[in-house]
Amino acid sequence: MDKIERKKKFAEMVVSLPSFVWLAVFFAAPTLIVLSFTFHDHTANGGVAAAWSLATWRDLVNPDYPTIVWRTIRISLEVTAWCILLSLPCAYAIARLPKNIRAMVAGLIMLPFWTSFVVRVFAWKTMLHPDGFLQRCYYIFLDIRTWLFDWLPGFLQSFLCWLGLATPGAADPASATILDSELAVVLVSVYTFLPFAIMPIYTAAEKFDFALMEAARDLGAKGFYAFRKIFIPGVRQGIVSAILMVFIPAIGSYVIPQMLGGTNCVLIGNKIFMRAIQNRNIPHASALATVMALSVLVPIGAWVWWKSRQNAKDKKRLEEATRESILMGGAS
Amino acid sequence: MANDFLVFDRVTKRYGALTAVNDVSFTVNKGEFFSLLGPSGCGKTTLLRMLGGFERPDAGRIYLNGEDITDMPPNKRRVHTVFQNYALFPTMTIRDNIAFSLKLAKKPKAEIDENVEAMLEMIQLSEHAWKYPNQLSGGQKQRVAIARALVDRPQVLLLDEPLAALDLKLRQHMLLELDTIHDQVGITFLYVTHDQGEAMSLSDRIAVINKGKVEQLDQPAKIYEAPVSSFVAAFIGDTNFFEGVIESTDGDYCTIQVPGFGAIRAYNDKNLAATQKVHLSVRPEKIRVTSVPPPPEKGASINVFQAKVTDVVYQGVYTKYWVRCGDRSISSMKPHSRFLLDQEKITWNDRVYIWWHPDDAYMIENFSELDESLIQTPPTPPEDE
Repeated sequence: MDKIERKKKFAEMVVSLPSFVWLAVFFAAPTLIVLSFTFHDHTANGGVAAAWSLATWRDLVNPDYPTIVWRTIRISLEVTAWCILLSLPCAYAIARLPKNIRAMVAGLIMLPFWTSFVVRVFAWKTMLHPDGFLQRCYYIFLDIRTWLFDWLPGFLQSFLCWLGLATPGAADPASATILDSELAVVLVSVYTFLPFAIMPIYTAAEKFDFALMEAARDLGAKGFYAFRKIFIPGVRQGIVSAILMVFIPAIGSYVIPQMLGGTNCVLIGNKIFMRAIQNRNIPHASALATVMALSVLVPIGAWVWWKSRQNAKDKKRLEEATRESILMGGAS
Repeated sequence: MANDFLVFDRVTKRYGALTAVNDVSFTVNKGEFFSLLGPSGCGKTTLLRMLGGFERPDAGRIYLNGEDITDMPPNKRRVHTVFQNYALFPTMTIRDNIAFSLKLAKKPKAEIDENVEAMLEMIQLSEHAWKYPNQLSGGQKQRVAIARALVDRPQVLLLDEPLAALDLKLRQHMLLELDTIHDQVGITFLYVTHDQGEAMSLSDRIAVINKGKVEQLDQPAKIYEAPVSSFVAAFIGDTNFFEGVIESTDGDYCTIQVPGFGAIRAYNDKNLAATQKVHLSVRPEKIRVTSVPPPPEKGASINVFQAKVTDVVYQGVYTKYWVRCGDRSISSMKPHSRFLLDQEKITWNDRVYIWWHPDDAYMIENFSELDESLIQTPPTPPEDE
């Protein structure tokens, strides 16, 4: 290695040192500490025992946990799906606006962040109050649904019940409150995370060449077909970012289920809080957090690995084809 | 009827205060290679977009094969466009790009494969079918765009400046290829360009568009040799304008007195009478520049003037001379059909003769002084003595 190379390497190290130190101290170290906690038992006064032990992992076998983990994953997927579904047309519409208005509308999307998140969740608590407007609308919706259901022929009724899409009989007003239900958690989560889905998709949509939509229409595609087959694949990078931006915080969601889910929608985030603060069992909370982190990291890691392998394959194929065409002298 | 296959009937399109297309009517024959030629902003692309269905005319109708398609959405029209920047779908392979319209029409798989293979073969990209558009060169992308638009045999293929993004050599190559493809498929091509060379070499007929109107619609040679307006004469190729008054007529010819230049004899194809004002266009390549007077066998009736060379621009194929004659600057083009280095050289400040036959000038009906700005001017302003 010559002198210039060495100097360059040194300069690179100096430049990246601050962020490296920051990540090491405030990200890697805490993560490792949390992981190490899981291999200790807890003490009666809320501390971490000095001796190594697998007791915490053994305690993790709890019949409630699979239900809670599955509910967390299911709700996070639901929220992610709704966010993507809503932000696609939204991002499309913003990207098609005239340039001077576009920045303003994109700014409006970020406007809710000017108010504290907790304050906004409290506002939802008020809006979803059992005597509130939204709850009354929901009752009307349920009545219409019941009425439509009664109107259906019997075999369709039983089919819908079998699918789990309906329950026979009128809705029970007590169990039909939005507040303290899964519905409230999904609704407010979608509200909260929607900007995180719109922004990456909008960023991709802004770079999207809308002449392609015209080309698709020109070749005989209807508007929605072009949207589905050309626009959505065209912004897929943005969609992938949006999924990560929504799914990861949704998995760790804690404030929303705590304030709006009541006892009907306890998620893993709430469970961790309970174990750490109420039960004063830090190792147990750490183990739950580790499980949660792994349940996100493992699928994402697998996907990234598969994708990079795919890319390497494509690249190799292209290189081989190029080499072949050069060898044959038939570069057209 | 084949003669009114595609009809623009008094079509007008306005954008706010700007009238992009102003009461345009013309007819394209079936199977024809038809060009819309004009400067940027003349409305030719708007015409194309109205035919594609992306713009709605404010007035007038468009008929295709006897059917009024003015209000038809783009996906219903049997008209496909080759876009200037190709607009290939980046997330699809070449094969899927070409198969797009067939898949939409839900054709059986065997038929799709057969048609796509035939197209790939025609554009000689069968080996590259699995690649994505960003892995192709400009010329290859261009061919894919053409194949994609032709695969389901549209009634009309629209080409919007398809060669503008290619370099010169590739452009010349693609010109020939386009011509071959047109001959092979026999589909009506509507070609939009601002490049007169492309339009001339490909088209059966050309519509020259200026300021939202059709200035002239004719075969390429007619447009070049017999322009109806000063715009057509100056926009297509280069020319010299002479403005004068007819002094006398004799049979098919007349003598025109051009102030500040002299008397010019010209073929009087418009049958104008004496004292009438007239504008002449003489193409540079029709004007000969020699250091000796023209040979006597050329006849006494040809136009001969003495001039001084002010500029020489060597172009390989030809040399362009700018000469000063009276108070006029005249351009002339001398093609080099023989080895140039052996020949007597005409250079700056040489006293020369310029001459042309009366038949080689053409009388312009609609003259606008604005169009004189389209004519090439000498690289350096001629010095005054």
